[in-house]
Amino acid sequence: MKRYVQLLQILLLLSCFAGTITWAAYGYSEEKTAHPISTTADHSQFKVLQKDFKTGPEVTEACLSCHNQAGKQIMKNIHWTWSYHNKKTGQLLGKEHLINNFCSNARGNEGMCAQCHISYGAKNFKLPKTQDKIDCLVCHDTTGSYYRLPPTKGSPACSILFAGKKPIDWKQVAQNVGMPGRANCGSCHFYGGGGDNVKHGDLSSIMANPPKSVDVHMSPDGQNFACTACHMTRNHLWSGSRYQLLAKDTKGVGKPGFRRMATSCESCHGLTPHPKGSVKHLMLNTHVKRVACQSCHIPAFARGGVATRTFWDWRTAGRTKNGKGFMEEDYTQGNGEKRETYWSIKGNFKNGENVVPYYAWFNGETIYTTVDTHFDPTKPVDINHLEGSSEDSASRIWPFKRMETWLQYDKKYNNLVYTHLWGNDDESFWGNFNLTKAVARGMKDANLPFSGQVGFIKTYSYWPTTHMVAPKENALACMECHSASGRLDGIGGIYLASHDRFPWLDKTAWIAIALTALAILIHMLMRLFAGARRRQS
Amino acid sequence: MSMHRIMIYTRFERLWHWLQAGAILTLLFTGLRIHGIHTLISFETAVNIHTAVATGLLVLWAFATFWLFTTGNWRHYMPTRQGLWRIVRFYSYGIFQGEHHPYRKAFWRKHNPLQAAAYLGVKVVIFPMVWISGLIYLYLVLGGTWTGLVNFPPAVALVHTLAAFALILFLMIHLYMLTIGKGFIHHVTPMIDGFDEVDLSVVEEAYLEADEPGHIKDNADG
Repeated sequence: MKRYVQLLQILLLLSCFAGTITWAAYGYSEEKTAHPISTTADHSQFKVLQKDFKTGPEVTEACLSCHNQAGKQIMKNIHWTWSYHNKKTGQLLGKEHLINNFCSNARGNEGMCAQCHISYGAKNFKLPKTQDKIDCLVCHDTTGSYYRLPPTKGSPACSILFAGKKPIDWKQVAQNVGMPGRANCGSCHFYGGGGDNVKHGDLSSIMANPPKSVDVHMSPDGQNFACTACHMTRNHLWSGSRYQLLAKDTKGVGKPGFRRMATSCESCHGLTPHPKGSVKHLMLNTHVKRVACQSCHIPAFARGGVATRTFWDWRTAGRTKNGKGFMEEDYTQGNGEKRETYWSIKGNFKNGENVVPYYAWFNGETIYTTVDTHFDPTKPVDINHLEGSSEDSASRIWPFKRMETWLQYDKKYNNLVYTHLWGNDDESFWGNFNLTKAVARGMKDANLPFSGQVGFIKTYSYWPTTHMVAPKENALACMECHSASGRLDGIGGIYLASHDRFPWLDKTAWIAIALTALAILIHMLMRLFAGARRRQS
Repeated sequence: MSMHRIMIYTRFERLWHWLQAGAILTLLFTGLRIHGIHTLISFETAVNIHTAVATGLLVLWAFATFWLFTTGNWRHYMPTRQGLWRIVRFYSYGIFQGEHHPYRKAFWRKHNPLQAAAYLGVKVVIFPMVWISGLIYLYLVLGGTWTGLVNFPPAVALVHTLAAFALILFLMIHLYMLTIGKGFIHHVTPMIDGFDEVDLSVVEEAYLEADEPGHIKDNADG
């Protein structure tokens, strides 16, 4: 008997060793890599890149001489088209059409805003249309020395934007191209809305190298993911657009060998993401059906020291001191930097950090208030109205950054307006500070009617909170929602234990319990009283 | 007919009773937490315990139901109007006059008619309300979908809560009843050692003495 036990122990030990050796022999290492694909080419050795390039388009020409399909591919990408046709709602979306409640509109201000269009040489109302104007480097530079400036100069009042930049070493940059890293995407997406983390709340400069506490996936101490680890690409098109979002993934990881163009948590973590084996995990997995992963796993946005803008008031824009615009920086954010609280060209701001998201039912579809939408001016306007409800099984509870802005509109026609912000002329708001003139020009350039009356309306826009996934130990505790007053106050449409009850039932029950206790007490006293009397007599 | 101390609560029945009592108290405590009445433990702990204990109780009930029907013990719970009025009259009048409890336990009738009706009510109304609504709630929480039933219907929670409150009322009266007559200890003891005084017919007495000698004690005071 004893001998068998010994034999078994030896066998067990051996199998463990064998396992380890096999593991090592096949080279399965836990090496963290930003890119799933390693490169097979050293660009610095290519002859076509041994030139002293003087401009961006010269580099592009060299790129396209080998990557001969890349140009055609990228021109279908929304980063190039700035236009998106939502076939479900029929709405024409994208930066070339929409009005947002930050700097209001890119359309007509391309001379500034196309700093983030992947092209060279844009002008107001004119984005380049030809392959040779594609900017490959903004996404593929790995040196960190490449940068872009606004394509046109604008009003002399804005000259500060162009001050003090070291010239680009085009040859050096061209010879060091690679797959896009976080900083590439971040050079635009971290600064949307006109500054670090202004727009999204969950995309700040911190995300270039976030600590694990800010983002478990993108942190070099975590998975070290590049953006494209989730925003899967195929032929220069990538998944995960906000315009039509996958609010509830019902497919999960997919079958081996199948590449899912899905930017969802479930596409890696599966449909039952919490490890099985306990009541707790069973319960958590049931939440997946109705609650987006992000709702619990991103406890707050604008974490890590960079604030996001939460409120913007265009009503106060245009104030001057001695005839000149000015800026106030009365907010100090977590990393010690000052942030604007007033700027003549934009108005008043509020900034926020560690902001608790706004939660709403969402099925991934949004209806935009576009320039041709006429609305009721007595109510706040949703720039992008979230579709979905508890009755809709495709909906889940999602977290959002809700941006609140007092925005200019046409007071008579009740629609949003294009504002001419950027230009070296006497109508651009950034330089002349006359909003009525700027709107008149913006609408005229777009061939749209304008009554001449500018009003201000309270607007909301909703930004899905989906980055800055916290380590699991920082996920929300049940009580954040399951309590008398919690994060899901007013979400509606569900019975949320501990939050919802039937007041009449509870009241009736307590009365019944009190009456029963009273009846018991009376019965008991009568027994004692009767007993005492009997003993006396 | 003569009074004897005999085994009226067999080992399984006592185990059932106390496990059930423990489970119900635990479920009430955790259930009230989930409902938001108190915050003595975390919501998470309450849900975990509530779900686990409820599952255990369902298993116990499955055994108990099987036991009731295979052993014929279900007969104790059959409702009857015979003698009911005397019991009601005793609790509302006679008890204050120093009268003795009018009911004598019989071999196949160990509960008085009022008691039997109350237990039957708990078994066929309150318990099913609790476990059916509980299972539907769990089913829905666990991802089940019925056409048009995407959300946790508040009605399910309503029935579950209603049954819980009804059970609290039952427990209050149940416990109070133990203090009536010969007192709390006297009433609880049978559920611990299994023995109580029962009015036996000659045939029943002979049967017990012949076939279940361990189930009858001679020191009966009848």
